[in-house]
Amino acid sequence: MYEFKYHRPATVRQAANLLVKNADSKVIAGGHTLLPVMKQRLASPPHLVDLSHIEGLDGIEMKGRSLVIGATATHNTVATSAIVGEAIPALAELAGLIGDPAVRHKGTIGGSLANNDPTADYPAACLALGATIVTNKRRLKPEEFFQGLFTTSLESDEIITRVMFPVPKKAAYIKFRNQASRYALVGVFVAKRPSDVRVAVTGAGSEGVFRVTAFEEALKKRFSPKALDGMTVPADGLNGDLHGSAEYRAHLIAVLARRAVEAATGKA
Amino acid sequence: MAKISLVVNGNPVNANIDPRTLLVQFLRENLRLTGTHVGCDTSQCGACVVHLDGKAVKACTTLAVMADGHEVRTIEGLAADGAPLHPMQEAFREHHGLQCGFCTPGMIMTAVDLVHRKGHDLSDHTIREELEGNLCRCTGYQNIVLSIAAGAKAMANSDLA
Repeated sequence: MYEFKYHRPATVRQAANLLVKNADSKVIAGGHTLLPVMKQRLASPPHLVDLSHIEGLDGIEMKGRSLVIGATATHNTVATSAIVGEAIPALAELAGLIGDPAVRHKGTIGGSLANNDPTADYPAACLALGATIVTNKRRLKPEEFFQGLFTTSLESDEIITRVMFPVPKKAAYIKFRNQASRYALVGVFVAKRPSDVRVAVTGAGSEGVFRVTAFEEALKKRFSPKALDGMTVPADGLNGDLHGSAEYRAHLIAVLARRAVEAATGKA
Repeated sequence: MAKISLVVNGNPVNANIDPRTLLVQFLRENLRLTGTHVGCDTSQCGACVVHLDGKAVKACTTLAVMADGHEVRTIEGLAADGAPLHPMQEAFREHHGLQCGFCTPGMIMTAVDLVHRKGHDLSDHTIREELEGNLCRCTGYQNIVLSIAAGAKAMANSDLA
C-alpha cells in the first residue's frame, strides 16, 4: 500500500470540504473494496476520508412509505434490522447474502453503491425498487446513478448520505452465487410496486445492473411465475467468463426471475 | 504518522503509527500479539478475525487508524494468562477442532461472535453457514463444527463471554 494521509471528519460537510481541498481523495467507510485494491497498488489515493465516524449517517428509519437507510449502515445492520425486515424483507435477505459475517460487519450500503461492482447485490435492489440515492448535493434515481462498470454519476466531492426505498407490495431477490467468490454470478431482484413491476439483474450485464423490460411487462399483466413461461433473454451484452458463458447467464436470468416471483408471491 | 489510542484486550494502548498500518500488522508487530494470524491477506480466509467493538472483523482489511478510539479483542483476550481456557478454546481442544492450528484463532473468534449473535443452541447448518468466511486448509471442518456446537453450549454456563 502506498502512503496516504488519513482524515476523520465529524460531519458530511467536513468530509465534502476535505474532498474539495485534496484532489484525488478517496472516501472510505467499511474499506472492504478500497483497502484490497490499495494493497494491490491498483489505487493509491494520497488522502483517505473516513466516513465511518460521522454520527447519524448509519441510521435506519421509515419516512412515510419509504424505508430510509443511512449510507454507513453495514450489511449486518441492514440484514438484522427489524425495520428493514418489516418493510422490505427481501432487502434484509439480500444484505445477509453479501460476503461473510465479518465482511458484513464492515461493508456499507453506501460503499457498495458508490463502487458499483457489476456483481454486487445492492445495485439490483436499488434499480428494482426504484430507490432514490441521496447525496450531499442532490437526489439521484438509479438510472442516473449507475453509469456502467464501477462507474457512477457521483462527482469527486459528492458523498452518498442515504438511500430511500419506496416500500413495494411484494419483492424477492434470488442470488446464484459464484462458488468461489460468493459474488453474484447472476442475481435477480423482482419488485411488484404499486404502479408497475420491475426486474433488475446484477452479475450478468457487461455494463452492470440492468432491467428486463420484457419480463416486467409480462409480470405487470399477471404477477405469477407462469407469466414468464417460455420467456428468455438474449445473451447479447452479457458477461461470459470461465465461471459461465453469456448463454448460461441468460438462462440463469430466466430461471432466477421465475424463482424470485415464486418467492415474492409465496407460491412455488 | 498518526497518533492512535485504543483498548486492546482490556488494556489501553497508545501508539504513533503510519496510517497504512493494518490492524493485524499493528496487533502482531507493534503489540506482539501474534495469536492473530495473516492467512490470505485478502479478507477471505478469516485467520485474522478479531473483535472490534464486540463484532468479528477481518483485521487484514481494517486500518489500525480506523480502530482509534475503539475496543479490540484478540484470541489472547479470551482468557487470562494461566487461567483456564475460554469455553470455546476448551471445546476446540476437547473435540480436536484443529489439525495444523493456523486457522484456529480466527475460527474461535468467529465462533464466539456467532454465539454472541445467535445464542448457545446452534445447529450444524447454522454453524456451517456462519463459517463462510473462515477457511481451514486441513479441511478439518467436521470437528470444527462439533467444537463450536459444544463451545456454544459451554459458554452458557461460563463467566467468560
